[in-house]
Amino acid sequence: MSDSALINRRGGALAQLSDTLWRRPGLLIFLLILPPALWLGIIYLGSLFALLAQSFFSIDEFTGIIQYEFTLKTYAELFRPSNFDIIIRTVVMAAAVTIGAAVIGFPVAYYAARYARGKWKAIFYLGVMMPLWSSYLVKVYSWKLILAKEGILNWLFETLHLGGLLNAYLAIPVIGGNSLSVSATGTFLVFLYVWIPFMILPIQASLERVPHTMIEASGDLGARPAQTFRHVLLPLALPGVIAGSIFTFSLTLGDYIIPQIVGSSRRFIGQAVYAYQGTAGNIPLAAAFAVVPILLMAVYLWVAKRQGAFDAL
Amino acid sequence: MKTILKSGTALLLGLTVAGQTAAQTMITEIGEGEGQVNIVAWPGYLERGETDAAFDWITGFEEKTGCKVNIKSANTSDEMVALMNEGGFDLVTASGDASLRMVAGKRVQPINVDLIPSWSTVDERLKEAPWHYVDGTHYGVPYMWGPNVLMYSTDVFPEAPKSWDVVFTAMDFPDGKPNQGRVQAYDGPIHIADAANYLMFHQPELGITSPYELNEDQYAAALDLLRGQRKLVSRYWHDAFIQIDDFKNEGMAASGTWPFQVNLLQGDKTPVASTIPEEGATGWADSTMMHADAENPNCSYMWMEHSLASNLQSDLSVWFGANPAVPAACTDGRGMQTAEGCTTNGMDDFDRIKFWTTPVSSCESQGTCVPYYRWVSDYIGVIGGR
Repeated sequence: MSDSALINRRGGALAQLSDTLWRRPGLLIFLLILPPALWLGIIYLGSLFALLAQSFFSIDEFTGIIQYEFTLKTYAELFRPSNFDIIIRTVVMAAAVTIGAAVIGFPVAYYAARYARGKWKAIFYLGVMMPLWSSYLVKVYSWKLILAKEGILNWLFETLHLGGLLNAYLAIPVIGGNSLSVSATGTFLVFLYVWIPFMILPIQASLERVPHTMIEASGDLGARPAQTFRHVLLPLALPGVIAGSIFTFSLTLGDYIIPQIVGSSRRFIGQAVYAYQGTAGNIPLAAAFAVVPILLMAVYLWVAKRQGAFDAL
Repeated sequence: MKTILKSGTALLLGLTVAGQTAAQTMITEIGEGEGQVNIVAWPGYLERGETDAAFDWITGFEEKTGCKVNIKSANTSDEMVALMNEGGFDLVTASGDASLRMVAGKRVQPINVDLIPSWSTVDERLKEAPWHYVDGTHYGVPYMWGPNVLMYSTDVFPEAPKSWDVVFTAMDFPDGKPNQGRVQAYDGPIHIADAANYLMFHQPELGITSPYELNEDQYAAALDLLRGQRKLVSRYWHDAFIQIDDFKNEGMAASGTWPFQVNLLQGDKTPVASTIPEEGATGWADSTMMHADAENPNCSYMWMEHSLASNLQSDLSVWFGANPAVPAACTDGRGMQTAEGCTTNGMDDFDRIKFWTTPVSSCESQGTCVPYYRWVSDYIGVIGGR
């Protein structure tokens, strides 16, 4: 019985299709990859290029009509003091949130990776993930209430007779304000709360991969705990920290809802994009603003890749 | 980014369609209803008794005409313009800062007021208002209007503040404490008009005739005033419910606001009241406008008639704390509104209100004015402390 006899016996279009795909595996892979490739190519890259193209146009100062001619004028506008402030403000906030999340997240992740067992491990996962289950807006609004001038935190300070301390802190320019909920510190705290699960989980994953024996070996060789941390644990866990920081940094960079609800009303990049494209019809400037986080993240990811962050994702 | 792409597409669509519909004609008679009508509206503008059973002005219309009302809520004027540019809607309740944009973009069609029997009952002051009556043509049917009032805490102010200076200049409030950190301002560039309105009264030498038409000098003066205000304001209000929360939990004492928040706070027994100070106030006036390519014109005309003739005007003015476009709705008992209620909402203050319109570069009063997109970027600067 020859091969051709076997194939000839099978009829029907579906069976033929199945045969063709079996004989030419390349075609199968092509067909499977086509939809996601189209999605990425048209929806994602297409919109990205539409955005990039917009940012090279400019708005006519006099009539407010967009001029479809190539110019770098819009990018120059980013460096006007009021616009540059927004970029600096957003980047500083994103960096502060990232550092804060790493400092708080590391011990939590360390405990979970090294000591939590059985039931406690489950509770840990639940504790870290639970904030992600409830609506983002609900969390932000409840923080607004917690931080309010007549909110629970202020009440706690007053009850402990530490109200003066809080007021002294709030009197500091830039990070202070009339109450926590209208200060940059308040914005920072809410960002920190909302994004911290994205920092803890990658750190924990990377810590679990650090062999316990290495820590013990370091101790055996006479290193103090601080030295072990600096020279053994941190370098080995660093890819996890960087992976987490990619999340916290980029999420803070792009958020435009938290600074609108909690904080001093000073704009962040996301809000500026929203205002310029929506109310002002100044799409070129909005596009130029939107390119800023893309560039920042490109540089950041390049550095992170060199540090091996993507091995710990 | 997605929104940018969307508005880019909308813009493109708008441009292509605008060319085609330049020569449009008015409807001359109303035929059979098409079975439905699609309306873009402000939240709370179209109620069918689902939020509160007492407030329903849609069910009756649907039963009477057989036109099912499909509602699409929009939160900002810009959203409304974008939705109308996308198409697929018949009507929109547009404010003055959106209506002229849509007329200029040919997104709405002229309205034949002869086909609306209740047109004669519309407030004379609104019939030919410049935000929907352009070059002798009606592009909209007045819907609702209201002032941006000054809300104040009655704990702090034993009597109503006489001037907007409580939110613009540093001072001590009657309770002896400074106003710094206890006042709010609107987080939209249109707030520059409130500053201009204040200057119009206090610095007549600037020669401002309309707070929406400012030359460079007048504009700079308004921005200076707002820079001073930045030092007093901890948070600019953007969302009505956040402002309500701030008056409850942040110890706010005074702010410009909509009657909507005043009503809700008073309903909650918070000690606040509102006033229109001596300088007058800015305000909004909405009109029902019809899409240039409306697919359900007959039901649309039936709705416009319904919007003027039914309990809508009366009950909506209670619901929203606004004023009906038909003055009779205050008194004739077609709904819950009363003459006192209308007075509270500012019905008698029409002449003291400067209604929102979009600032454009070629303005009537003085040739060239600062256009709206600069209001946006400069107000961002002011809030950022520049």
